Amino acid sequence: MNDYIYDIEAIRADFPVLSRFVHDKKLVYLDNAATTQKPQQVIDAVSNYYTNYNSNIHRGVHKLSQEATVGHERARKIIKNFLNAASEAEIIFTRGTTESINLVASSFGQKFIHENDEILISAMEHHSNIVPWQILCEQKKSKLKVIPINDEGEIIFEEFEKLLNPKVKIVSIVHISNSLGTINPIKKIIDYSHKLGIPVLVDAAQSVQHQKINVRELGCDFLVLSGHKIYGPTGIGVLYGKKELLNSMPPYQGGGDMILSVSFEKTIYNELPYKFEAGTPNIVGAIGMGAAIEYIESIGLENIQNHETQLLTYATKRLLDIPGLKIIGTAAEKSAVISFVLDFVHPHDVGTFLDLEGVAIRTGHHCTEPVMRRFKVPATSRVSFGIYNTAEEIDILAASIENVINLFN
Amino acid sequence: MNALKELYQQTILDHNKNPRNFGELEVCNHCAEGHNPLCGDHIDVFMNIENDIIVDVKFKGAGCAISKASASIMTTILKGKRIEEARRLFESFHDAVTSDPNSTIDEMNLGKLAVFCGVREFPARVKCASLAWHTMINALANEELLMVKA
Ligand SMILES: Cc1ncc(COP(=O)(O)O)c(C=O)c1O
Repeated sequence: MNDYIYDIEAIRADFPVLSRFVHDKKLVYLDNAATTQKPQQVIDAVSNYYTNYNSNIHRGVHKLSQEATVGHERARKIIKNFLNAASEAEIIFTRGTTESINLVASSFGQKFIHENDEILISAMEHHSNIVPWQILCEQKKSKLKVIPINDEGEIIFEEFEKLLNPKVKIVSIVHISNSLGTINPIKKIIDYSHKLGIPVLVDAAQSVQHQKINVRELGCDFLVLSGHKIYGPTGIGVLYGKKELLNSMPPYQGGGDMILSVSFEKTIYNELPYKFEAGTPNIVGAIGMGAAIEYIESIGLENIQNHETQLLTYATKRLLDIPGLKIIGTAAEKSAVISFVLDFVHPHDVGTFLDLEGVAIRTGHHCTEPVMRRFKVPATSRVSFGIYNTAEEIDILAASIENVINLFN
Repeated sequence: MNALKELYQQTILDHNKNPRNFGELEVCNHCAEGHNPLCGDHIDVFMNIENDIIVDVKFKGAGCAISKASASIMTTILKGKRIEEARRLFESFHDAVTSDPNSTIDEMNLGKLAVFCGVREFPARVKCASLAWHTMINALANEELLMVKA
Protein backbone atom coordinates (compact mmCIF):
# COMPACT_ATOMS: atom_id res chain seq x y z
CA MET A 1 0.00 0.00 0.00
CA ASN A 2 1.22 3.45 -0.76
CA ASP A 3 0.06 6.64 0.92
CA TYR A 4 -0.98 8.37 -2.31
CA ILE A 5 -4.19 10.32 -1.90
CA TYR A 6 -6.43 10.05 -4.92
CA ASP A 7 -7.43 13.66 -5.43
CA ILE A 8 -10.50 13.13 -7.54
CA GLU A 9 -11.42 16.81 -7.61
CA ALA A 10 -8.00 17.77 -8.95
CA ILE A 11 -8.19 15.06 -11.58
CA ARG A 12 -11.68 16.14 -12.66
CA ALA A 13 -10.50 19.73 -12.89
CA ASP A 14 -7.96 18.61 -15.50
CA PHE A 15 -10.79 17.60 -17.86
CA PRO A 16 -12.57 20.70 -19.19
CA VAL A 17 -15.46 18.75 -20.74
CA LEU A 18 -16.51 17.34 -17.37
CA SER A 19 -17.84 20.71 -16.33
CA ARG A 20 -20.22 21.01 -19.25
CA PHE A 21 -23.94 20.50 -19.10
CA VAL A 22 -25.96 18.16 -21.31
CA HIS A 23 -29.71 18.76 -21.62
CA ASP A 24 -29.37 21.12 -18.65
CA LYS A 25 -27.87 18.38 -16.51
CA LYS A 26 -24.29 18.02 -15.38
CA LEU A 27 -22.49 15.60 -17.70
CA VAL A 28 -21.95 12.14 -16.21
CA TYR A 29 -19.60 10.49 -18.67
CA LEU A 30 -19.75 6.70 -18.39
CA ASP A 31 -18.73 5.70 -21.89
CA ASN A 32 -15.00 5.42 -21.31
CA ALA A 33 -14.63 2.07 -23.03
CA ALA A 34 -15.74 3.74 -26.27
CA THR A 35 -13.41 6.66 -25.81
CA THR A 36 -12.05 8.68 -22.91
CA GLN A 37 -12.13 12.43 -22.38
CA LYS A 38 -8.94 14.44 -22.73
CA PRO A 39 -7.14 16.30 -19.94
CA GLN A 40 -5.91 19.86 -20.45
CA GLN A 41 -2.35 18.49 -20.56
CA VAL A 42 -3.17 16.59 -23.76
CA ILE A 43 -5.14 19.45 -25.26
CA ASP A 44 -2.19 21.75 -24.54
CA ALA A 45 0.33 19.38 -26.10
CA VAL A 46 -1.77 19.21 -29.27
CA SER A 47 -2.38 22.92 -29.33
CA ASN A 48 1.27 23.71 -28.63
CA TYR A 49 2.37 21.58 -31.59
CA TYR A 50 0.07 23.40 -33.99
CA THR A 51 0.82 26.78 -32.49
CA ASN A 52 4.58 26.55 -32.28
CA TYR A 53 6.25 23.78 -34.26
CA ASN A 54 3.87 22.23 -36.80
CA SER A 55 6.05 20.65 -39.45
CA ASN A 56 6.74 17.39 -41.24
CA ILE A 57 9.19 15.00 -39.63
CA HIS A 58 12.35 13.18 -40.71
CA ARG A 59 12.51 15.39 -43.79
CA GLY A 60 13.56 18.92 -43.11
CA VAL A 61 16.79 20.44 -41.96
CA HIS A 62 14.90 23.41 -40.64
CA LYS A 63 14.26 24.10 -36.99
CA LEU A 64 10.54 23.33 -36.94
CA SER A 65 11.00 19.99 -38.62
CA GLN A 66 13.68 19.09 -36.12
CA GLU A 67 11.45 20.02 -33.20
CA ALA A 68 8.54 18.05 -34.63
CA THR A 69 10.79 15.03 -35.21
CA VAL A 70 12.08 15.23 -31.65
CA GLY A 71 8.52 15.54 -30.30
CA HIS A 72 7.33 12.57 -32.32
CA GLU A 73 10.25 10.34 -31.33
CA ARG A 74 10.03 11.45 -27.73
CA ALA A 75 6.45 10.14 -27.73
CA ARG A 76 7.73 6.81 -29.00
CA LYS A 77 10.16 6.67 -26.12
CA ILE A 78 7.42 7.44 -23.60
CA ILE A 79 5.39 4.54 -24.99
CA LYS A 80 8.39 2.24 -25.01
CA ASN A 81 8.97 2.97 -21.32
CA PHE A 82 5.27 2.75 -20.54
CA LEU A 83 5.09 -0.79 -21.94
CA ASN A 84 8.65 -1.67 -20.91
CA ALA A 85 9.53 -2.68 -24.45
CA ALA A 86 13.19 -3.48 -25.19
CA SER A 87 13.65 -0.65 -27.69
CA GLU A 88 11.90 2.08 -29.63
CA ALA A 89 12.29 -0.10 -32.72
CA GLU A 90 9.49 -2.24 -31.28
CA ILE A 91 7.00 0.64 -31.08
CA ILE A 92 5.15 1.20 -34.36
CA PHE A 93 2.68 4.02 -34.67
CA THR A 94 -0.64 3.16 -36.31
CA ARG A 95 -4.09 4.72 -36.51
CA GLY A 96 -5.22 2.61 -33.58
CA THR A 97 -5.92 -0.90 -32.37
CA THR A 98 -7.84 -1.77 -35.51
CA GLU A 99 -5.02 -0.82 -37.83
CA SER A 100 -2.46 -2.53 -35.60
CA ILE A 101 -4.33 -5.84 -35.84
CA ASN A 102 -4.79 -5.40 -39.58
CA LEU A 103 -1.08 -4.77 -39.92
CA VAL A 104 -0.22 -8.03 -38.15
CA ALA A 105 -2.90 -10.04 -39.95
CA SER A 106 -1.70 -8.72 -43.28
CA SER A 107 2.07 -8.76 -42.82
CA PHE A 108 2.59 -11.65 -40.40
CA GLY A 109 -0.21 -13.49 -42.19
CA GLN A 110 1.37 -13.05 -45.60
CA LYS A 111 4.64 -14.57 -44.41
CA PHE A 112 3.68 -17.16 -41.84
CA ILE A 113 0.14 -18.36 -42.44
CA HIS A 114 -0.64 -20.95 -45.08
CA GLU A 115 -3.39 -23.26 -46.23
CA ASN A 116 -4.97 -25.27 -43.40
CA ASP A 117 -3.08 -23.35 -40.74
CA GLU A 118 -5.17 -22.19 -37.81
CA ILE A 119 -5.65 -18.82 -36.13
CA LEU A 120 -6.98 -18.88 -32.59
CA ILE A 121 -9.15 -16.12 -31.14
CA SER A 122 -11.76 -16.07 -28.36
CA ALA A 123 -15.53 -15.77 -28.38
CA MET A 124 -15.31 -12.33 -26.74
CA GLU A 125 -13.26 -10.54 -29.38
CA HIS A 126 -14.06 -7.08 -30.68
CA HIS A 127 -14.93 -7.17 -34.40
CA SER A 128 -11.50 -5.68 -35.08
CA ASN A 129 -9.91 -8.90 -33.81
CA ILE A 130 -12.23 -11.10 -35.88
CA VAL A 131 -12.66 -9.58 -39.32
CA PRO A 132 -8.97 -9.04 -40.28
CA TRP A 133 -8.36 -12.74 -39.55
CA GLN A 134 -11.42 -13.77 -41.54
CA ILE A 135 -10.13 -11.78 -44.52
CA LEU A 136 -6.76 -13.50 -44.14
CA CYS A 137 -8.39 -16.95 -43.83
CA GLU A 138 -10.26 -16.36 -47.05
CA GLN A 139 -7.06 -15.43 -48.89
CA LYS A 140 -4.94 -18.19 -47.42
CA LYS A 141 -7.56 -20.91 -47.02
CA SER A 142 -6.62 -21.07 -43.36
CA LYS A 143 -9.03 -21.61 -40.47
CA LEU A 144 -10.28 -19.34 -37.72
CA LYS A 145 -10.83 -21.25 -34.46
CA VAL A 146 -12.67 -19.78 -31.50
CA ILE A 147 -12.09 -20.43 -27.79
CA PRO A 148 -15.53 -20.68 -26.16
CA ILE A 149 -16.59 -18.74 -23.06
CA ASN A 150 -18.76 -19.79 -20.11
CA ASP A 151 -21.93 -18.16 -18.74
CA GLU A 152 -19.88 -15.77 -16.62
CA GLY A 153 -18.09 -14.55 -19.73
CA GLU A 154 -14.76 -16.25 -18.98
CA ILE A 155 -12.59 -18.21 -21.36
CA ILE A 156 -12.94 -21.95 -20.82
CA PHE A 157 -9.30 -22.71 -20.34
CA GLU A 158 -9.53 -26.46 -20.93
CA GLU A 159 -11.10 -25.74 -24.29
CA PHE A 160 -8.24 -23.40 -25.09
CA GLU A 161 -5.77 -26.15 -24.23
CA LYS A 162 -7.62 -28.56 -26.49
CA LEU A 163 -7.54 -26.09 -29.38
CA LEU A 164 -3.78 -25.58 -29.10
CA ASN A 165 -1.98 -27.69 -31.68
CA PRO A 166 0.96 -27.27 -34.06
CA LYS A 167 -1.32 -26.06 -36.86
CA VAL A 168 -2.08 -22.91 -34.86
CA LYS A 169 0.20 -20.16 -36.19
CA ILE A 170 -0.98 -17.29 -33.98
CA VAL A 171 -3.19 -16.75 -30.94
CA SER A 172 -4.86 -13.32 -31.01
CA ILE A 173 -6.74 -12.48 -27.88
CA VAL A 174 -8.28 -9.59 -26.01
CA HIS A 175 -6.81 -8.80 -22.60
CA ILE A 176 -9.93 -7.07 -21.24
CA SER A 177 -13.28 -7.48 -22.97
CA ASN A 178 -14.94 -4.18 -23.87
CA SER A 179 -18.45 -5.60 -23.59
CA LEU A 180 -18.11 -7.98 -20.62
CA GLY A 181 -15.27 -6.47 -18.62
CA THR A 182 -13.62 -9.89 -18.29
CA ILE A 183 -9.89 -9.81 -17.60
CA ASN A 184 -8.37 -12.76 -19.41
CA PRO A 185 -5.51 -14.80 -17.89
CA ILE A 186 -3.23 -13.43 -20.52
CA LYS A 187 0.07 -14.55 -18.99
CA LYS A 188 -1.08 -18.14 -18.77
CA ILE A 189 -2.40 -18.03 -22.34
CA ILE A 190 0.95 -16.73 -23.57
CA ASP A 191 2.90 -19.34 -21.60
CA TYR A 192 0.78 -22.22 -22.89
CA SER A 193 1.00 -20.95 -26.48
CA HIS A 194 4.75 -20.48 -26.26
CA LYS A 195 5.21 -24.10 -25.17
CA LEU A 196 4.19 -24.93 -28.74
CA GLY A 197 6.15 -22.01 -30.16
CA ILE A 198 2.98 -20.13 -31.10
CA PRO A 199 3.18 -16.32 -31.04
CA VAL A 200 0.49 -14.35 -29.19
CA LEU A 201 -1.08 -10.98 -30.02
CA VAL A 202 -2.69 -9.20 -27.07
CA ASP A 203 -5.46 -6.67 -27.75
CA ALA A 204 -4.79 -4.26 -24.91
CA ALA A 205 -7.22 -1.55 -26.09
CA GLN A 206 -9.14 -1.87 -22.81
CA SER A 207 -6.32 -2.70 -20.44
CA VAL A 208 -3.31 -0.36 -20.64
CA GLN A 209 -5.33 2.52 -19.15
CA HIS A 210 -6.50 0.42 -16.19
CA GLN A 211 -3.52 -1.63 -15.08
CA LYS A 212 0.23 -1.71 -15.51
CA ILE A 213 1.34 -3.69 -18.56
CA ASN A 214 4.88 -4.91 -18.94
CA VAL A 215 5.36 -6.57 -22.32
CA ARG A 216 8.66 -8.19 -21.42
CA GLU A 217 7.26 -9.71 -18.27
CA LEU A 218 4.20 -10.93 -20.17
CA GLY A 219 6.30 -12.19 -23.03
CA CYS A 220 3.63 -11.35 -25.60
CA ASP A 221 4.81 -11.19 -29.20
CA PHE A 222 2.50 -8.36 -30.23
CA LEU A 223 0.44 -5.92 -28.20
CA VAL A 224 -1.94 -3.36 -29.66
CA LEU A 225 -3.63 -0.27 -28.26
CA SER A 226 -5.44 2.97 -29.16
CA GLY A 227 -4.49 6.46 -28.01
CA HIS A 228 -8.06 7.70 -27.70
CA LYS A 229 -8.97 5.12 -25.06
CA ILE A 230 -6.11 6.18 -22.81
CA TYR A 231 -7.00 9.88 -22.60
CA GLY A 232 -5.12 10.74 -25.81
CA PRO A 233 -6.25 11.79 -29.30
CA THR A 234 -8.11 9.69 -31.87
CA GLY A 235 -6.39 8.43 -34.99
CA ILE A 236 -3.26 7.26 -33.18
CA GLY A 237 -2.35 3.88 -31.74
CA VAL A 238 0.50 1.49 -31.31
CA LEU A 239 1.64 -1.90 -32.42
CA TYR A 240 4.26 -3.31 -30.11
CA GLY A 241 6.08 -6.27 -31.60
CA LYS A 242 9.18 -8.25 -30.70
CA LYS A 243 12.03 -6.99 -32.82
CA GLU A 244 13.06 -10.32 -34.36
CA LEU A 245 9.48 -11.00 -35.35
CA LEU A 246 8.92 -7.54 -36.84
CA ASN A 247 12.19 -7.82 -38.73
CA SER A 248 11.08 -11.10 -40.26
CA MET A 249 7.81 -9.60 -41.52
CA PRO A 250 7.27 -7.89 -44.88
CA PRO A 251 6.20 -4.20 -44.96
CA TYR A 252 2.50 -3.42 -44.59
CA GLN A 253 2.18 -0.35 -46.80
CA GLY A 254 4.66 1.20 -49.16
CA GLY A 255 5.52 4.85 -49.47
CA GLY A 256 7.68 7.58 -48.04
CA ASP A 257 9.59 7.15 -44.75
CA MET A 258 9.46 3.34 -44.90
CA ILE A 259 12.31 3.15 -47.39
CA LEU A 260 16.06 3.71 -47.34
CA SER A 261 16.45 4.01 -51.08
CA VAL A 262 14.17 3.68 -54.04
CA SER A 263 14.95 2.95 -57.65
CA PHE A 264 12.73 1.37 -60.25
CA GLU A 265 14.86 -1.77 -60.09
CA LYS A 266 15.13 -2.20 -56.35
CA THR A 267 13.89 -0.56 -53.21
CA ILE A 268 15.54 -1.03 -49.84
CA TYR A 269 13.23 -0.86 -46.86
CA ASN A 270 13.97 1.26 -43.86
CA GLU A 271 14.83 -0.25 -40.49
CA LEU A 272 12.38 -0.69 -37.64
CA PRO A 273 10.08 0.91 -36.68
CA TYR A 274 9.97 3.06 -39.84
CA LYS A 275 9.62 0.02 -42.10
CA PHE A 276 6.00 -0.16 -40.97
CA GLU A 277 5.27 3.56 -41.02
CA ALA A 278 4.66 4.61 -44.59
CA GLY A 279 3.75 8.20 -45.32
CA THR A 280 3.47 11.24 -43.09
CA PRO A 281 2.27 9.92 -39.75
CA ASN A 282 -0.17 11.41 -37.27
CA ILE A 283 2.55 13.53 -35.69
CA VAL A 284 0.34 15.53 -33.36
CA GLY A 285 -1.52 12.35 -32.42
CA ALA A 286 1.68 10.70 -31.28
CA ILE A 287 2.65 13.80 -29.30
CA GLY A 288 -0.80 13.94 -27.70
CA MET A 289 -0.68 10.26 -26.86
CA GLY A 290 2.71 10.73 -25.23
CA ALA A 291 1.25 13.54 -23.12
CA ALA A 292 -1.69 11.29 -22.17
CA ILE A 293 0.65 8.56 -20.96
CA GLU A 294 2.68 11.04 -18.96
CA TYR A 295 -0.59 12.21 -17.46
CA ILE A 296 -1.83 8.79 -16.35
CA GLU A 297 1.62 7.89 -15.09
CA SER A 298 1.64 11.02 -12.97
CA ILE A 299 -1.42 9.59 -11.20
CA GLY A 300 0.00 6.09 -11.25
CA LEU A 301 -1.62 3.00 -12.71
CA GLU A 302 -1.79 1.28 -9.36
CA ASN A 303 -3.76 4.21 -7.94
CA ILE A 304 -6.01 4.25 -10.99
CA GLN A 305 -6.64 0.55 -10.62
CA ASN A 306 -7.55 0.98 -6.93
CA HIS A 307 -9.92 3.81 -7.71
CA GLU A 308 -11.64 1.99 -10.54
CA THR A 309 -11.94 -1.25 -8.60
CA GLN A 310 -13.79 0.67 -5.90
CA LEU A 311 -16.09 2.17 -8.53
CA LEU A 312 -16.74 -1.28 -10.01
CA THR A 313 -17.59 -2.77 -6.63
CA TYR A 314 -19.90 0.08 -5.71
CA ALA A 315 -21.62 0.24 -9.10
CA THR A 316 -22.14 -3.52 -9.21
CA LYS A 317 -23.81 -3.41 -5.82
CA ARG A 318 -25.98 -0.40 -6.70
CA LEU A 319 -27.10 -1.88 -10.00
CA LEU A 320 -27.85 -5.33 -8.60
CA ASP A 321 -30.18 -3.66 -6.09
CA ILE A 322 -32.39 -2.59 -8.99
CA PRO A 323 -35.17 -5.15 -9.55
CA GLY A 324 -35.24 -6.59 -13.07
CA LEU A 325 -31.65 -5.62 -13.84
CA LYS A 326 -29.32 -8.36 -15.01
CA ILE A 327 -25.58 -7.95 -15.46
CA ILE A 328 -24.08 -9.64 -18.53
CA GLY A 329 -20.50 -10.57 -17.76
CA THR A 330 -19.87 -11.72 -14.22
CA ALA A 331 -16.29 -12.96 -14.44
CA ALA A 332 -14.34 -13.35 -11.21
CA GLU A 333 -11.63 -11.12 -12.68
CA LYS A 334 -13.34 -7.99 -13.97
CA SER A 335 -12.43 -4.53 -15.09
CA ALA A 336 -14.59 -1.43 -14.53
CA VAL A 337 -17.09 -2.22 -17.30
CA ILE A 338 -20.68 -3.26 -16.61
CA SER A 339 -23.05 -4.46 -19.33
CA PHE A 340 -26.63 -4.91 -18.28
CA VAL A 341 -30.14 -5.57 -19.54
CA LEU A 342 -33.49 -4.68 -17.97
CA ASP A 343 -36.53 -6.95 -17.94
CA PHE A 344 -38.91 -4.64 -19.76
CA VAL A 345 -36.87 -1.82 -21.20
CA HIS A 346 -34.76 -2.10 -24.34
CA PRO A 347 -31.17 -0.77 -24.09
CA HIS A 348 -31.85 1.82 -26.77
CA ASP A 349 -34.63 3.34 -24.71
CA VAL A 350 -32.39 3.26 -21.64
CA GLY A 351 -29.68 5.11 -23.57
CA THR A 352 -31.99 7.88 -24.75
CA PHE A 353 -33.52 8.32 -21.32
CA LEU A 354 -30.17 8.45 -19.55
CA ASP A 355 -28.85 10.92 -22.12
CA LEU A 356 -31.63 13.30 -21.18
CA GLU A 357 -30.46 13.00 -17.57
CA GLY A 358 -26.96 13.95 -18.68
CA VAL A 359 -25.67 10.39 -18.31
CA ALA A 360 -23.67 9.19 -21.32
CA ILE A 361 -23.59 5.42 -21.71
CA ARG A 362 -23.24 3.10 -24.68
CA THR A 363 -26.03 0.90 -25.92
CA GLY A 364 -25.91 -1.72 -28.66
CA HIS A 365 -23.68 -4.69 -29.39
CA HIS A 366 -20.40 -2.83 -28.68
CA CYS A 367 -18.77 -4.28 -31.80
CA THR A 368 -19.01 -7.73 -30.23
CA GLU A 369 -22.00 -9.31 -31.96
CA PRO A 370 -20.85 -12.89 -31.20
CA VAL A 371 -20.89 -12.02 -27.48
CA MET A 372 -24.49 -10.77 -27.78
CA ARG A 373 -25.46 -14.01 -29.50
CA ARG A 374 -23.68 -16.08 -26.87
CA PHE A 375 -25.75 -14.41 -24.14
CA LYS A 376 -28.92 -14.37 -26.27
CA VAL A 377 -29.47 -10.63 -26.00
CA PRO A 378 -29.84 -8.30 -29.00
CA ALA A 379 -27.94 -5.54 -27.25
CA THR A 380 -26.92 -4.33 -23.80
CA SER A 381 -26.51 -1.05 -22.00
CA ARG A 382 -22.93 -0.56 -20.95
CA VAL A 383 -21.35 1.70 -18.38
CA SER A 384 -17.57 1.93 -18.29
CA PHE A 385 -15.53 3.91 -15.80
CA GLY A 386 -12.42 6.01 -16.01
CA ILE A 387 -10.05 7.87 -13.73
CA TYR A 388 -12.44 10.78 -13.18
CA ASN A 389 -15.66 8.96 -12.28
CA THR A 390 -17.15 9.14 -8.80
CA ALA A 391 -19.53 7.30 -6.50
CA GLU A 392 -21.96 10.23 -6.78
CA GLU A 393 -22.09 9.68 -10.52
CA ILE A 394 -22.98 6.05 -9.89
CA ASP A 395 -25.81 7.23 -7.63
CA ILE A 396 -27.11 9.43 -10.46
CA LEU A 397 -26.83 6.47 -12.83
CA ALA A 398 -28.76 4.17 -10.50
CA ALA A 399 -31.49 6.76 -9.91
CA SER A 400 -31.84 7.34 -13.65
CA ILE A 401 -32.19 3.63 -14.33
CA GLU A 402 -34.88 3.41 -11.68
CA ASN A 403 -36.67 6.32 -13.35
CA VAL A 404 -36.60 4.72 -16.77
CA ILE A 405 -38.03 1.52 -15.32
CA ASN A 406 -40.84 3.52 -13.70
CA LEU A 407 -41.62 5.26 -16.97
CA PHE A 408 -42.06 1.96 -18.75
CA ASN A 409 -44.09 0.21 -16.06
CA MET B 1 -38.01 16.37 -19.79
CA ASN B 2 -40.52 17.70 -22.33
CA ALA B 3 -38.62 16.18 -25.21
CA LEU B 4 -38.78 12.87 -23.40
CA LYS B 5 -42.55 13.07 -22.93
CA GLU B 6 -42.87 13.96 -26.60
CA LEU B 7 -40.81 10.91 -27.53
CA TYR B 8 -42.39 8.39 -25.21
CA GLN B 9 -46.03 9.37 -25.50
CA GLN B 10 -48.57 7.20 -23.73
CA THR B 11 -49.69 5.66 -27.02
CA ILE B 12 -46.15 4.58 -27.77
CA LEU B 13 -45.65 3.08 -24.31
CA ASP B 14 -48.95 1.28 -24.67
CA HIS B 15 -48.15 -0.21 -28.08
CA ASN B 16 -44.73 -1.20 -26.79
CA LYS B 17 -46.30 -3.10 -23.92
CA ASN B 18 -49.17 -4.58 -25.90
CA PRO B 19 -48.18 -4.68 -29.54
CA ARG B 20 -51.11 -5.16 -31.94
CA ASN B 21 -51.01 -7.63 -34.81
CA PHE B 22 -48.01 -9.36 -33.33
CA GLY B 23 -47.17 -12.74 -34.87
CA GLU B 24 -47.18 -14.43 -38.26
CA LEU B 25 -49.97 -14.55 -40.86
CA GLU B 26 -51.64 -17.80 -41.85
CA VAL B 27 -52.03 -16.53 -45.38
CA CYS B 28 -49.17 -14.36 -46.49
CA ASN B 29 -47.99 -13.38 -49.96
CA HIS B 30 -45.57 -10.56 -49.13
CA CYS B 31 -42.99 -10.54 -46.39
CA ALA B 32 -39.65 -9.03 -45.59
CA GLU B 33 -37.08 -9.00 -42.84
CA GLY B 34 -35.68 -5.78 -41.45
CA HIS B 35 -32.57 -5.39 -39.36
CA ASN B 36 -30.89 -2.46 -37.70
CA PRO B 37 -27.38 -3.74 -37.06
CA LEU B 38 -26.52 -0.72 -34.92
CA CYS B 39 -28.88 -1.58 -32.11
CA GLY B 40 -29.77 -5.18 -32.90
CA ASP B 41 -33.40 -4.41 -33.69
CA HIS B 42 -34.97 -7.06 -35.84
CA ILE B 43 -38.41 -7.26 -37.45
CA ASP B 44 -40.39 -9.44 -39.88
CA VAL B 45 -43.37 -7.93 -41.66
CA PHE B 46 -46.01 -10.24 -43.15
CA MET B 47 -48.73 -9.06 -45.50
CA ASN B 48 -51.56 -10.60 -47.41
CA ILE B 49 -52.36 -8.43 -50.43
CA GLU B 50 -55.28 -8.99 -52.74
CA ASN B 51 -56.12 -6.74 -55.70
CA ASP B 52 -53.70 -4.10 -54.49
CA ILE B 53 -55.35 -3.99 -51.08
CA ILE B 54 -53.55 -4.92 -47.87
CA VAL B 55 -56.06 -7.40 -46.50
CA ASP B 56 -54.00 -8.32 -43.48
CA VAL B 57 -50.66 -7.42 -41.93
CA LYS B 58 -48.69 -8.63 -38.92
CA PHE B 59 -45.20 -8.28 -37.57
CA LYS B 60 -42.79 -10.17 -35.39
CA GLY B 61 -39.50 -9.22 -33.85
CA ALA B 62 -37.58 -7.64 -31.02
CA GLY B 63 -36.54 -4.07 -30.59
CA CYS B 64 -36.76 -0.90 -28.57
CA ALA B 65 -40.03 0.75 -27.59
CA ILE B 66 -39.94 3.14 -30.53
CA SER B 67 -39.41 0.45 -33.14
CA LYS B 68 -41.99 -1.91 -31.60
CA ALA B 69 -44.64 0.78 -31.22
CA SER B 70 -43.96 2.03 -34.72
CA ALA B 71 -44.46 -1.47 -36.15
CA SER B 72 -47.59 -2.03 -34.10
CA ILE B 73 -49.21 1.30 -35.04
CA MET B 74 -48.23 0.78 -38.66
CA THR B 75 -50.09 -2.54 -38.84
CA THR B 76 -53.25 -1.02 -37.37
CA ILE B 77 -53.16 1.74 -39.99
CA LEU B 78 -52.30 -0.33 -43.04
CA LYS B 79 -55.02 -2.92 -42.75
CA GLY B 80 -57.51 -2.30 -45.59
CA LYS B 81 -55.34 0.32 -47.28
CA ARG B 82 -54.42 0.26 -50.96
CA ILE B 83 -50.77 -0.20 -51.84
CA GLU B 84 -50.33 3.31 -53.15
CA GLU B 85 -51.86 4.68 -49.94
CA ALA B 86 -49.36 2.64 -47.93
CA ARG B 87 -46.52 4.11 -49.96
CA ARG B 88 -47.90 7.61 -49.51
CA LEU B 89 -48.17 7.10 -45.74
CA PHE B 90 -44.59 5.89 -45.65
CA GLU B 91 -43.52 9.10 -47.40
CA SER B 92 -45.41 11.36 -44.98
CA PHE B 93 -44.14 9.42 -42.01
CA HIS B 94 -40.57 9.49 -43.24
CA ASP B 95 -40.76 13.22 -44.01
CA ALA B 96 -42.15 13.93 -40.54
CA VAL B 97 -39.55 12.01 -38.51
CA THR B 98 -36.65 13.39 -40.54
CA SER B 99 -37.91 16.98 -40.67
CA ASP B 100 -36.18 19.89 -39.01
CA PRO B 101 -37.29 20.07 -35.34
CA ASN B 102 -38.16 23.75 -35.81
CA SER B 103 -40.41 23.26 -38.82
CA THR B 104 -44.14 22.80 -38.43
CA ILE B 105 -45.70 19.43 -39.14
CA ASP B 106 -49.10 18.88 -40.69
CA GLU B 107 -50.38 16.61 -37.91
CA MET B 108 -53.81 16.27 -39.50
CA ASN B 109 -52.28 14.63 -42.52
CA LEU B 110 -50.37 12.18 -40.30
CA GLY B 111 -53.32 11.08 -38.22
CA LYS B 112 -52.30 8.43 -35.67
CA LEU B 113 -48.72 8.66 -36.85
CA ALA B 114 -48.42 12.13 -35.33
CA VAL B 115 -47.34 10.49 -32.05
CA PHE B 116 -43.96 9.90 -33.67
CA CYS B 117 -43.27 13.59 -34.29
CA GLY B 118 -41.14 13.70 -31.11
CA VAL B 119 -38.63 11.38 -32.76
CA ARG B 120 -37.24 14.18 -34.90
CA GLU B 121 -35.66 15.66 -31.76
CA PHE B 122 -33.63 12.45 -31.49
CA PRO B 123 -31.64 11.83 -34.67
CA ALA B 124 -30.23 8.63 -33.18
CA ARG B 125 -33.76 7.20 -32.96
CA VAL B 126 -35.07 7.95 -36.44
CA LYS B 127 -33.90 4.54 -37.63
CA CYS B 128 -35.83 2.86 -34.82
CA ALA B 129 -39.05 4.59 -35.84
CA SER B 130 -38.67 3.91 -39.53
CA LEU B 131 -37.42 0.30 -39.46
CA ALA B 132 -40.92 -1.24 -39.68
CA TRP B 133 -41.90 1.11 -42.50
CA HIS B 134 -38.80 0.40 -44.56
CA THR B 135 -39.38 -3.31 -44.04
CA MET B 136 -43.01 -2.95 -45.13
CA ILE B 137 -41.89 -1.17 -48.33
CA ASN B 138 -39.45 -4.01 -48.99
CA ALA B 139 -42.24 -6.52 -48.40
CA LEU B 140 -44.40 -4.77 -51.01
CA ALA B 141 -41.64 -5.40 -53.53
CA ASN B 142 -41.15 -9.00 -52.46
CA GLU B 143 -43.92 -10.48 -54.58
CA GLU B 144 -41.72 -13.26 -55.86
CA LEU B 145 -41.49 -14.62 -52.34
CA LEU B 146 -45.16 -15.56 -52.57
CA MET B 147 -46.58 -18.18 -50.23
CA VAL B 148 -43.44 -18.65 -48.14
CA LYS B 149 -45.40 -18.92 -44.96
CA ALA B 150 -48.78 -19.97 -46.32
C1 LIG C 1 -11.20 -4.60 -27.03
C2 LIG C 1 -11.15 -3.67 -28.20
N1 LIG C 1 -10.42 -3.99 -29.26
C3 LIG C 1 -10.34 -3.17 -30.32
C4 LIG C 1 -11.01 -1.97 -30.37
C5 LIG C 1 -10.89 -1.11 -31.59
O1 LIG C 1 -10.23 0.07 -31.29
P1 LIG C 1 -10.16 1.28 -32.33
O2 LIG C 1 -11.56 1.50 -32.80
O3 LIG C 1 -9.61 2.39 -31.53
O4 LIG C 1 -9.26 0.83 -33.43
C6 LIG C 1 -11.79 -1.61 -29.29
C7 LIG C 1 -12.56 -0.34 -29.33
O5 LIG C 1 -13.74 -0.30 -29.09
C8 LIG C 1 -11.87 -2.47 -28.18
O6 LIG C 1 -12.62 -2.15 -27.12
